[in-house]
Amino acid sequence: MSVLSKDEFFYGHKACAGCGGSLAVRIALKVLGERSIAVLPAGCMSAVGFNFPQLCFGNNAIISTFAGTASMLTGIRAGLKAKGIEDFHAVGFAGDGGTADIGLQALSGAIDRNDDILYICYDNEAYMNTGIQKSSLTPFGAKTTTTPAGKNIHGNMRPKKNMFEIAAAHGIPYAATASVGYINDFISKVKKASGIKGTKYIHVIAPCPTGWGISTDETVEIAKEAVDCGTWYLAEFENGEFRLNFRPKEFSDIGEYLKKQSRFRHLTDEDIKIIENSRNAKWEFIDNNFRK
Amino acid sequence: MARKFLSGNEAFAEGIRLARPEVISAYPITPQTIVVERLSEMVEDGSLKSEFIHVESEHSALSCAMGASAVGARAFTATSSQGLLYMAECLVYASGGRFPIVMMNANRSTALPWNIYGDQRDSLALLDSGWIQAYAENAQEALDLALMSYYIAENKNVSAPFMANLDGFVLTHTYEAVDVPEQDAADKFLPPFKTENKLDLSKPKNMAFSAGPASNYIFKYKEHLGLLNAAAVINEAEEKFCKIFGRKYSGLIEKYLTDDAEYILITLGSISGLVKDVADELREKGEKVGMIRIRYMRPFPNKEIAEAVKNAKAAAVLEKDISFGNEGTVFTNVNSALKKSGVNIPVSDHIGGLGGQDISRADIENIFENMKKGLSDVNFIGIGGDRP
Amino acid sequence: MKPYLREKAPAAFDEIPEFPSYEAGFLTTKNAGWRNFRPVIDTKKCNGCMQCYLYCPDGVISEKDGKAVIDYDFCKGCGICRKICKFNAIEMEAEI
Repeated sequence: MSVLSKDEFFYGHKACAGCGGSLAVRIALKVLGERSIAVLPAGCMSAVGFNFPQLCFGNNAIISTFAGTASMLTGIRAGLKAKGIEDFHAVGFAGDGGTADIGLQALSGAIDRNDDILYICYDNEAYMNTGIQKSSLTPFGAKTTTTPAGKNIHGNMRPKKNMFEIAAAHGIPYAATASVGYINDFISKVKKASGIKGTKYIHVIAPCPTGWGISTDETVEIAKEAVDCGTWYLAEFENGEFRLNFRPKEFSDIGEYLKKQSRFRHLTDEDIKIIENSRNAKWEFIDNNFRK
Repeated sequence: MARKFLSGNEAFAEGIRLARPEVISAYPITPQTIVVERLSEMVEDGSLKSEFIHVESEHSALSCAMGASAVGARAFTATSSQGLLYMAECLVYASGGRFPIVMMNANRSTALPWNIYGDQRDSLALLDSGWIQAYAENAQEALDLALMSYYIAENKNVSAPFMANLDGFVLTHTYEAVDVPEQDAADKFLPPFKTENKLDLSKPKNMAFSAGPASNYIFKYKEHLGLLNAAAVINEAEEKFCKIFGRKYSGLIEKYLTDDAEYILITLGSISGLVKDVADELREKGEKVGMIRIRYMRPFPNKEIAEAVKNAKAAAVLEKDISFGNEGTVFTNVNSALKKSGVNIPVSDHIGGLGGQDISRADIENIFENMKKGLSDVNFIGIGGDRP
Repeated sequence: MKPYLREKAPAAFDEIPEFPSYEAGFLTTKNAGWRNFRPVIDTKKCNGCMQCYLYCPDGVISEKDGKAVIDYDFCKGCGICRKICKFNAIEMEAEI
């Protein structure tokens, strides 16, 4: 907590009550401080933060095109570098769709150039701003408004894209996963990233009460439970190596985690078994490839 | 001042070098590539101090330029055809954000069918995107436009992005002798970019925000005023330019032999060179013909065109584009200009040069001849008979 | 420092900025009306650990004299603070 600025930089916004994304943005900015220029593409956080004349960022902040978070960050960094100003943070906050779908090309370009930017993906696992449509980070089985759960199809039938490892595959200087349920871990990762030159990518799970079907006070604990049941994990990629930050002694019940959320309530025991198997396979990979 | 033998692309690159852009972001596309190749060479050899960003798409090229402009840096990009269309979203974003970015567009046909040659469907399809649109006739004008573009775009009463159009291949790849100004003269002409419309670490701003029905229309109206204001600033820029460099330009349109002309052909871009030749030839035969070259499609020279043709018996438009299902876009704009000014003469439309189709001397002579019929119809060069 | 409520919102033609850019942290409306329940801090139980402040998505909790205090102008009543509090120092009370 001591690394956080006393100032609030994201305040008075119109995010839904209990919004995990707004918590991630708020905390990251309190780590980065007033010399931050934030870029937010079309999406929840820009929609709730920039309604003239209600402007909720206390620091410099700008909305980019949906696909243009990373490329606009690049331009900001380059423009100020040309003016001899380098002591600031160029930070992007994009959702799962803005990152893993429409913004992936620009993000890949920025990592490829190793532009000195911090890109934070707040992942609420669907296009929440437009009303809960499937993105490529929507997990297997989740019901969204474009992957309805019925007799024939049980919600989204594709697994979640692995953005963390995609970012790492570029040879990025620093990438990390985080969860708003483990906020101190997130804080230390943002802090660490802010001291590294080049492109940094942090992928933070940020539950959406509206889209996940939980009550507004459950955001933090469900984000914690995602880690505890092993469907999400806390890790870093640095110097070409993956490192696991936290391994639950024993996974909490995955079925319980799923059934708390109305988006998963339709799942059959077989569906849950598939999710459990894929979690186990992922952890086998982690155990074999990640440093502890 | 140095006299060099340069292509249109190279001349434009020289003009951009003299304008000292702080950030250049570009993605290759034929026939634009040479301008960014030259600029990267200039960055390499130190003759241009600029952050050169190798973006992965045109969308990112303009998005990156907007980021640079949003912190008060002078930014440049260049594209053509499909690339321009791919960045279309960013075009309206740049104008709505009031970012005075300069972009060179090498006019090229749009797919399908694929074609790399010059027509003006690409830029005219984006005429309504809120950018100043200029069309150069030759390499010298291309260089001069590059230098003047920032002067115009960055004026605080304008604050609009600037698209300088060069006909693909015909102008971008054709070599001419060009006067290249010295840097100190260029610096005397073009002051450094200053704006209030920027993210500022000592005075934080929220930018490029949403504005609902209560204020959105006011922002849009102010954006419109900015483009209208550009007309006066173009004149101011050209006067100052003439004082320093001695070359004179004529604002939104160029008039050629129009004062006593009975028949006037209105066109834009490099084809005007040939039209002037034909007009000279017909004048020698005693025909009272003239030409108007539209230099700026936005802001549109409504009054200038109406004033220049009001005493003619007829006028015609020659353009390299088609708004499918209607007529040529330039024709639509010209007719609107004449109607508003109460100029009631026949005006016909002649669409040619699509996908690089050759427009010959005879084609232009035919247009002048055709004007005498007093028709207001739409014609496609090369498509004869009774086809509509 | 944080974004704060202003007395007057720009509305007239001349007050609307020339460009879509404006002073950062300019607030013109509250969020208080969103609440059905308001978190109330029992200052006897609160030991100032400030976990509620840390996890508040709206940043409306701050420390005063070693206790948590809530800015009710912007609290939406999500209840995360109540769940986070290990000392049961926060109760949700219905708004009337």
